Amino acid sequence: MQLSSRIFLGLFCLLVAILLLAPTLVVIPMSFNSNKSLAFPPAGFSWQWYDNFFTNPEWLLSLRNSFLIATVVAILATTLGTLAAFGVTRAAARTGGLLRAILITPMVVPGVVLAIGIYAVYLDTGLVGTVAGFVFAHTMLAIPFVLIAVSASLEVFDRRLETAAASLGAGKLTVFRTVTLPLILPGVLSGALFAFITSFDEIIVALFITSPYLKTLPVQIYSSITRDADPTVAAVGTLLFLATSFIIVAGLLIGMRRGRT
Amino acid sequence: MNATNRTPGASIDIRKASKRYGKFVALRDLDLSIRPGEFMTLLGPSGSGKTTTLNLIAGFTEVSSGSLEIGGKSVLGLPSHKRNIGVVFQHYALFPHMSVGRNVAYPLTLRGIGRAERDGKVRHALEMVKMADFAHRYPNELSGGQQQRVALARALVFDPPLLLMDEPLGALDKKLREWLQLEIKRIHRELGTTFVYVTHDQEEALVLSDRIAVFNGGQVEQIGNGRELYDHPATLFVGRFIGESTVLRGKADIVGGDTVVSIAGTKIVASGKISGHAAPVILLRPERAVLHRPGTGVVDGENRLSGIVEEAIYVGSGSKYDIRLKDGTTAVVRSPLGAPEFAIGDTAEIAFRPGDVTLLADDASADITLT
Amino acid sequence: MSALPQTDNQTAGGRPARRLNLRDAGWLAAPAVLLLAAVLVYPLAIIVLRSFSEPEPGLQNYIWFFGSPVNRAVLQRTFVLSGWVTLASLICAYPYAYAMTVVGKNLRLILILCVLVPFWLSGVVRTLAWVILLQDSGVINSILRGLGLSPVKLIRTQLGVVIGMTQVLLPFMILPIYSVMKGIDTRLLQAARSLGAKPWRAFLQIYVPLSLPGVYAGAIIVFILSLGFYITPALLGGPRSTMLSSLVQNQVLSLLNWGRGGAMGVVLLVATFILLAIAAPLMRQKHTQTRREK
Repeated sequence: MQLSSRIFLGLFCLLVAILLLAPTLVVIPMSFNSNKSLAFPPAGFSWQWYDNFFTNPEWLLSLRNSFLIATVVAILATTLGTLAAFGVTRAAARTGGLLRAILITPMVVPGVVLAIGIYAVYLDTGLVGTVAGFVFAHTMLAIPFVLIAVSASLEVFDRRLETAAASLGAGKLTVFRTVTLPLILPGVLSGALFAFITSFDEIIVALFITSPYLKTLPVQIYSSITRDADPTVAAVGTLLFLATSFIIVAGLLIGMRRGRT
Repeated sequence: MNATNRTPGASIDIRKASKRYGKFVALRDLDLSIRPGEFMTLLGPSGSGKTTTLNLIAGFTEVSSGSLEIGGKSVLGLPSHKRNIGVVFQHYALFPHMSVGRNVAYPLTLRGIGRAERDGKVRHALEMVKMADFAHRYPNELSGGQQQRVALARALVFDPPLLLMDEPLGALDKKLREWLQLEIKRIHRELGTTFVYVTHDQEEALVLSDRIAVFNGGQVEQIGNGRELYDHPATLFVGRFIGESTVLRGKADIVGGDTVVSIAGTKIVASGKISGHAAPVILLRPERAVLHRPGTGVVDGENRLSGIVEEAIYVGSGSKYDIRLKDGTTAVVRSPLGAPEFAIGDTAEIAFRPGDVTLLADDASADITLT
Repeated sequence: MSALPQTDNQTAGGRPARRLNLRDAGWLAAPAVLLLAAVLVYPLAIIVLRSFSEPEPGLQNYIWFFGSPVNRAVLQRTFVLSGWVTLASLICAYPYAYAMTVVGKNLRLILILCVLVPFWLSGVVRTLAWVILLQDSGVINSILRGLGLSPVKLIRTQLGVVIGMTQVLLPFMILPIYSVMKGIDTRLLQAARSLGAKPWRAFLQIYVPLSLPGVYAGAIIVFILSLGFYITPALLGGPRSTMLSSLVQNQVLSLLNWGRGGAMGVVLLVATFILLAIAAPLMRQKHTQTRREK
């Protein structure tokens, strides 16, 4: 590539990177604003919005709800999704392709359409505003992510290792526990992480099936944006950002250590 | 692509060419002249500089210093798309989104050749490589050998005066490789284009080439036809790289114009002597020696080395023996049919005349670079 | 010469298909499929049913929807806005993804991080960030004023919605394009040049066509996600940038009109699946590329 086109490409990528990072770059300083305003740049430094978050029972309760729901969803979706991934990669090619297409549909169905459908069903079955209701809906939404992550691992997994283990006298479950699972674990774990985040961050279905007694964090954030418009949301966003960064960086470091040994 | 109106082959002249990547010297003061219409093979182990040389000629890299002329004109600084050279890659490099026909037509389209002429040339080129029935297929529907033949057609369809091939048969199995070698040879004879062929396979080089340039460590060690390289290697590396050989080392003296090397207590005479200060070693080709039972068939003036048969392999045209000498060296000897046969563990004597061996300067690197 | 024996791509796990084989691994997907049936298929079926049956059986809801100029305008706007978002994402993503394939290892890591970091910020919070950036007293207008330019109305405009949506959806365009570009054998460009192609021509005739499956995949994902976007237009847009999702929500939650809301939802759903059906063949890599061998 010529120097001029290199420079042009570099500048262009810089602009795109700025576009990608812009929200993060404004939210973090905004969370320390000393004014109850969203005008940028923030007017001074204060911890009051973090204080507000940690002392307001409404915020804490919604955080607790989201955490609970997302944990159950992560466990359920990882189990169902991993099973499904085995089904998809090891069924006959035609069946596998069909199953994959079916199981991935939650990713493409428009959120609002799905949300009103689930809302209609939940109204009839009394699941609106229940933890079970959230768990079912979010697990369904999270399964595609687990499926993709785990089947990617399974596709590179050498099945002859299972045959080898079986020839050494391992039963089917022992083979899975001692050979297959350890080797696809990175895929399973990243699937679990995706599932957790999918539930933790889900807003559209949540807005419909929420109730005054069971709000998740995104619902709380949404109503805070439309009602208060104060920087507490920025503080919450920063906290979540830091937590996510911490988990992902830790995961990467562990993955790198495993990769080396 | 008629043989009558073909572009004649181009000559190549490389003078004092060097190529450095940071501190690594890929090519050191290379001198190489290739005659018009010649089939020249660049032979050497990986990392010896042969592919770098090819890339320089193709224009994929530029020399760090030195000169490079194609057809008598300097091409330094000329980008590869203006050099008009056909290149066949080891990895075929067929465009996966174009049919075979469109792949071969591609260089003609780039040159603005009209449709009628283009179709004719494409058909000719595909006929030449016996792929005319495959024009509508896509590369991923072809086997490796078929892909490589299409790549050859594509590289030749625009009548380049020079064709470069970088280990084009490296990814194919042995049978297919041998068949394609003959095809390439036939095409070269038909076209009269200059072919430059890179390989690390010495047998392939011997089958194909008019001349072979043996590369080692970024330099050309020797240029010559197969017979010259086999019978008169200029360096120990060339001797060991081309064909099979036994290298005999020992304390050497000059006696009356000949060299006498003492191997495990036995004196071996080799005609002539080498110049320079390096220690001389003896290179013995397997078919230049004869095996005898101890003490039999003694001829005056012949060298005799005693050893134990370590391996005996029947190879159809005779037998091949590995003989372990007293100093630990393993010598390779080929016996024709009808010669005395030996079993593993037998004691045998290797006999050869002083004039049937080659004296070369010892070079430790010749052993290490052979893999 | 006959073709070489094909490599057996069944070794990784295929079994010959048999009907109703209870030992087929496909059954392992049954629990997930059941959940999907209960929380996805059944609810969507209910919506389709209601769109034809409430308040009374018939096509009234669809006749109402397509009969109203306002609704038609919103439907059209939804498609037009999605088109703009897709185009904007593509323009940003293509050079970016290309750069990711040509830079060194460390710089590539940074570029990938820039794509992934936005995901670490909660989706709703990200939309708030765009409010901060786009509002009349926001960052972009401050910069414009600082440069001596006149401020632009961005919040509650279609432009603002497109900017915000593009940022959210850009990773979904970059990643598929990158994953296809990564697999393109750049030695093909060298081959094209040896055949006489100028660098830009080799790029346009060889590289771009080979990258198209990634472009199609990214474009269709972004377009479909745009069609169903709800939160970003709701918070960044104004009355003149309402999208179909907001209308659906309004019908169901505010007006409790399940029939009309359902009909809109069905229109959105059908549009999505038609698009997918059209685009699916484009995304397949028709001619498997010659893989790098070394």
